[in-house]
Amino acid sequence: MSNIDLTPSIRRRYRAEIRFKLYCISAVAFALLFLAFFFVDLVSRGWPALQQAQVRAEVSYSAAVEAGQYRKAIDKSLRRIASRGWLRTLPLYLSEHPERVGEKEVLWITADSAVDQYLKGHPNTLKAKQRKLADRLYAEGKLRLGFNWDFFTRGDSKLPELAGIYSAIVGTIYVLFLTMVFALPIGIMTAIYLEEFAPDNRLIRLIEVNINNLAAIPSIMFGLLGLAIFINFFGVPRSSALVGGLTLALMTLPVIIISARAALKAVPDSIREGALGVGASPWQALWHHILPLAMPGILTGSIIGLAQAMGETAPLIIVGMIAYIPDEPTNVLEAATVLPAQIFTWAGEPMRAYAERTAAGILVLLAVLLSLNGFAIWLRRRFERSW
Amino acid sequence: MTASDVVFLLLAGFLPMAWFAHRLGRNKAILLGNAESLHSQPGQYGWYAVLGLALPALVVAVIGAALSLLGLYQVPAIMWVTAALVVAVLGLSLALHFMRADLPARVIVETSISWGLRLASTISILTTLGILLSVIFEALEFFHIVGFWNFITGTNWNPDTAFLQGAGRGHEDVAQAHFGSVPIFAGTFMITAIAMIVAIPIGLYAAIFMSEYASHTVRGWLKPALEVLAGIPTVVYGFFAAITISPLVVQTANFFGIAADATNALAPGIVMGVMIIPFISSLSDDVLMAVPQSLREGSLAMGITKAETIRHIVIPAALPGIVSAALLGVSRAVGETMIVVMAAGLRPNLTWNPLEGMTTVTVRIVDALTGDQEFNSPLTLSAFGLGLVLLVLTMILNLISLSVIRRFRLKYE
Repeated sequence: MSNIDLTPSIRRRYRAEIRFKLYCISAVAFALLFLAFFFVDLVSRGWPALQQAQVRAEVSYSAAVEAGQYRKAIDKSLRRIASRGWLRTLPLYLSEHPERVGEKEVLWITADSAVDQYLKGHPNTLKAKQRKLADRLYAEGKLRLGFNWDFFTRGDSKLPELAGIYSAIVGTIYVLFLTMVFALPIGIMTAIYLEEFAPDNRLIRLIEVNINNLAAIPSIMFGLLGLAIFINFFGVPRSSALVGGLTLALMTLPVIIISARAALKAVPDSIREGALGVGASPWQALWHHILPLAMPGILTGSIIGLAQAMGETAPLIIVGMIAYIPDEPTNVLEAATVLPAQIFTWAGEPMRAYAERTAAGILVLLAVLLSLNGFAIWLRRRFERSW
Repeated sequence: MTASDVVFLLLAGFLPMAWFAHRLGRNKAILLGNAESLHSQPGQYGWYAVLGLALPALVVAVIGAALSLLGLYQVPAIMWVTAALVVAVLGLSLALHFMRADLPARVIVETSISWGLRLASTISILTTLGILLSVIFEALEFFHIVGFWNFITGTNWNPDTAFLQGAGRGHEDVAQAHFGSVPIFAGTFMITAIAMIVAIPIGLYAAIFMSEYASHTVRGWLKPALEVLAGIPTVVYGFFAAITISPLVVQTANFFGIAADATNALAPGIVMGVMIIPFISSLSDDVLMAVPQSLREGSLAMGITKAETIRHIVIPAALPGIVSAALLGVSRAVGETMIVVMAAGLRPNLTWNPLEGMTTVTVRIVDALTGDQEFNSPLTLSAFGLGLVLLVLTMILNLISLSVIRRFRLKYE
């Protein structure tokens, strides 16, 4: 190339070529850098919430504590350090375990969120005197940052040091289970009908256009549907897992139908014709030959659809699933919340300790969603066949 | 006994009964004849018996559910279960009673299945109807109170006193509630525009990189990596926009000596744009890959550089698909909720300045429906008025996007 005498216009065109390629690379780089920045930012915000300040204290299960004077359970000097919310659970605990009244026990108990934030070096409301005390206890090994099991075993709380995602996780499982029960059979049946049995007429084409349209309708519209039809017309309880599951099922349905149809379409006609040729009925050809071959594709699409439903918040807010739920629901008609909605509620809390927990909740949600999607991709690669 | 217990009992009781019915039907068929004299396979008689068991029970269950849901008559749960069981057993014995060797069990079973499939495929139509009807009825009521033209052309959105009117206390001395939606739609379009300014160039250039420059392996990694962006829940993007990007925008603006609100339109716009990048890049990548190689080779053989080939040959050939992808992106941005709810603010604000806070249609819908207002107060109904416009807008965008790709797609042999 170098020995050819390039005219200025060719030089200009080559420079334009390089510029164009640079634009392309920088677009990709921007997207990837954003992704990296996003994850680093969220992890650095959420990581501290996995640790929680705990203080070593002698807890006396005295009769006074059982009677409701829970602050007397620990030494006076520690009362500003330990979490009031944790102490408040003691009378209930003792009324359930009356045999323990009068006993004493040395425990690591949850510390107040101000102490927690102080230990983590974040802005906090701790007074100078208590800071000194906290420093002394820390030096003596009586105050520590331990793994925050409470975050995974407790429900929502008005005190940040006790707030956890357990009730939201139970709610998510309920809602997703209902979504799956409603959306999977109906979605797959619709796909089978449209792909294998439906005649080619105006009604069927209308249904097809309609499904594509439903897939592109903003998710919040499904919330309006849930509110007007399920809650106001059919009287399903507001905030319940049932109304959330039904709403999400309708939202996920088009995704499942579209992917299941694609999977059915990918099975070559020769299989169908072979089965029909030896005398199978259309249903037998489908059930014994086409469906087993299309199943991995259908599953992949369904998992992706359910993962999408799991991260959805807007329609659930509209049907009232942002209630304050400290205890996990025990059936589908009780008020429940889901992980994304819990994240939304915490994000609106002004206290800094909640921001940390919001980010930690997000990390849990993202971990589950990424592994679901990863599993779907693995499933597709593992069972993908080329004909 | 709650409704979920009933459902659980029915399912737990039904599965063993269905298995039992299947055995009964199959065994009776084997007794009735052999492979020559039977119309269908024995197993199909089994399924025929299961149908005899399940269909009557299903009818009873549906009637009971309809009665209690419509509030006509509250059937005690235990009666419900008993009735379903009795009818199921009756149905099964009738089905077995009418079983003959020449009974076309397979045809019966397959016809019922095909009706089941047909029924399932009407659910999607019912969903659309449900959305349309629920939104239209409430919206009509809203327009009846506020007036369609006041809603569409008014520039003042101030519903704070609406609850007084809803409670019948809207006196002369109380300020009138205003439902002029122009500032809300202006905010929506501003944030959508910011999002598209981010998403269209980056998405398109990324698609060109993937389809024209990247090797097969790089592309295999890049495409899923970009799609991770689409799989992140919007509530997470909202948190990120509010807590990380907004302060960054304010700091940057202050660095240049410009004032910016803490909740500005730019932060949610940028984050929404990033969220839409993979939609545009994936769809555009597909249409770019579909442009036949011969067009590229013809162009390169004429001594045209690769960039020129892409700009003048490949992109024009793929343009309908790209336009359609961009329109789908716009439709998604208009209807996006969580990012703007968490980062764009509640203030209806008619301005061209993206550094000020402004509100959007979806934010206002959420705000109107999460308060503790009466359901038929004008504020709550305003959510459905806004929802109707949003629905029409996104549907039109989707239909245009579909028809663009259908009408202008070039066919290559």
